[in-house]
Amino acid sequence: MDQLLQTLKDGVTLGSLYALIALGYTMVYGILKFINFAHSDIVVLGAWLSLTIAAKLLALMGIVDPPAWMGAVVLVGAMVACGAVGFTIERLAYKPLRGAPRLNVLITAIGVSLLLQNTGQLSALFGTSPRRIPDLLPDTTLLSIGQVQLKLLDVVGAGTAIALMVALEWLVFHTKIGRAMRATSHNVNVAALMGIPVNRIISFTFVLGSMLAAAGGFLWALKYQTIKQTADSSWVLLGLKAFVAAVVGGIGNVRGAMLGGLAIGMIEQFGAAYLSSSMKDVYVFTILILVLLVRPSGLLGKATIEKV
Amino acid sequence: MNGRAWKNMASSDANLLSLITASRPGAAPTLLRSALPVVVIVALAVMAQVVLKGLLGGYYADLAITIGVNIVLAVSLTIVNGFTGQFSMGHAGFLAVGGYVSGAVTYYFSLTQWGSAAAAGGRLSGMPLSTEGLAWLGAGDVLFPVALLIGGLVSALLGLAVGLPSLRLRGDYLAIVTLGFGEIIRVVIQQSGPALKTPEAAEQAGVLGMATGLGGALGFGGLPKYTSLFWVVLFAGLTMLVAYRIKTSTSGRAMLSVREDEIAAEAMGVNTTRTKVWAFVIAAFFAGIAGGLYAHKLGVALGPVDAGFQRSFDIIIMVVLGGLGSISGAALAAVVVTMLPEYLRAVADYRMIIFALALILMMILRPKGLLGVREVWDADLWRGLFRRGKSAKGGGK
Repeated sequence: MDQLLQTLKDGVTLGSLYALIALGYTMVYGILKFINFAHSDIVVLGAWLSLTIAAKLLALMGIVDPPAWMGAVVLVGAMVACGAVGFTIERLAYKPLRGAPRLNVLITAIGVSLLLQNTGQLSALFGTSPRRIPDLLPDTTLLSIGQVQLKLLDVVGAGTAIALMVALEWLVFHTKIGRAMRATSHNVNVAALMGIPVNRIISFTFVLGSMLAAAGGFLWALKYQTIKQTADSSWVLLGLKAFVAAVVGGIGNVRGAMLGGLAIGMIEQFGAAYLSSSMKDVYVFTILILVLLVRPSGLLGKATIEKV
Repeated sequence: MNGRAWKNMASSDANLLSLITASRPGAAPTLLRSALPVVVIVALAVMAQVVLKGLLGGYYADLAITIGVNIVLAVSLTIVNGFTGQFSMGHAGFLAVGGYVSGAVTYYFSLTQWGSAAAAGGRLSGMPLSTEGLAWLGAGDVLFPVALLIGGLVSALLGLAVGLPSLRLRGDYLAIVTLGFGEIIRVVIQQSGPALKTPEAAEQAGVLGMATGLGGALGFGGLPKYTSLFWVVLFAGLTMLVAYRIKTSTSGRAMLSVREDEIAAEAMGVNTTRTKVWAFVIAAFFAGIAGGLYAHKLGVALGPVDAGFQRSFDIIIMVVLGGLGSISGAALAAVVVTMLPEYLRAVADYRMIIFALALILMMILRPKGLLGVREVWDADLWRGLFRRGKSAKGGGK
């Protein structure tokens, strides 16, 4: 019973993180139809920026025990900075390739990803050794059932992720710019003919996705505290799993990404708890292969026929 | 065309065959013509081992071996990424599979049959003769190519298993699946147990124990070091030959047509899934061979890192810089990308940053890579270079 509850809790907290990152993949794929390989590097950037901002801010103000609003400041700071980086990347690297073959955009995305990974490794920036983010939240236990402890950290982490997703849901389905995003994702050319500033919408989507990625990075840093160097393979795995979540939910579908994220988090945690923890990365990819075989359009995605 | 007709005849009826060869004098020279490049490659490989190795000296001969392995990797990836326009990002996974499988074969075969994992090669493997027999060969010189082939075949089988589900869909899924595949291989290798050191331990563990005793996270050390300039030049040459033969054949045309427009290719009767899967399997086979060559190279300790995505990216960079679909371009890029860090030690920290920027700029400014699908010996490549006004045909599109 304890193990079940514990696994359930871990699955939800991890799954909400995956969902947050998967949203960035799915939004960009929905509009531009390519996998933004650099997305996971924005997550890493978000994590490292959170660390830098938190460390600088605490040192500047001379506080050892940070007040509760400090976390929010760090989060917003990282989100704004990553949004700016996402905007720049889209303008400089992806925009010149609008209309180019898909493969070229994919290669450019890999190039951007490599660039971010290796620039981050420079000693002038984040260096190659892992670092620990200062404690932003007190280590309080809110609730304990048997051996299972529900910590403030878990609640804040999952709560922030869910709040951001609700905000995104509102933005996409209940505002004018959200309608424009959906129209662009449906058909870029027709959307442009209808007077939608397509380029601005694409930029906006990138900024939005990058901000969610930064939030994901922040929450990741909060959850695991030690942050590995930017070119570490665990980051690539994180990005891959988030992408798998987007595919499982139905790529291009915002609600699907949330569902897929939760599903992947659960599968990983339950597999690790009940089967074997060293193979947990393998389960996720088995799921990917199964989904591609049985239902390539994902849980919530609609099957589309490619027309000439 | 002639070659295929020849083969069909051979399988159906031997009598008829002799009749046809008698009436069609073109058949025998065709066979000769297709065997000739292989003979030339073998001759070149022997020359490389006998003459070139002495001229280059230890350090450069070693560098040449690394370059050769990278040429096999880059050219084989060109078959997938260049010819069919699909995007495999787990080529290093196949490298590791080939390396580990062939390494396990040579290591445990030598250990159990010959009592020691030390190399038993002859001059082809760059060693003094240790056993009697043919003047040039040692027992290891026979074992090594067999092990390489087994590694390549296992790798190709895995390629089939990975390629079948993902290649039915659009190319970007393949990128994710193969990237995941490489990482899974890495994780699985990390779980393997320590390598068995003595013949007795190996006997006791049985086949299954030997198959899982691959050194784990520490790497598979102690493999016999067979890889020499001969083997590397031989397989680099064969890989390029096969790639070139594919490119100029019917199936190669089918691959290129899939790359240009999948729907149009299907409309013209090309079985796109089969074409893509074949390309992927062939590429996996040669990547496995390259892995075997790499694993048995002096100074290399094969480890789980070799399956990782960073290694795959290195190979992708070679293919993209050389030109998506150019065999000679990929080979040239393999030479340059391998040698650059050796000479630019000062900027070693910035190596990957420079390559990443080159990748981005290349896609914006010259989307088909340096050479595109053309080869170094294609005349119009040079014409295009010298007459700038007319270069639009290959460069700009």
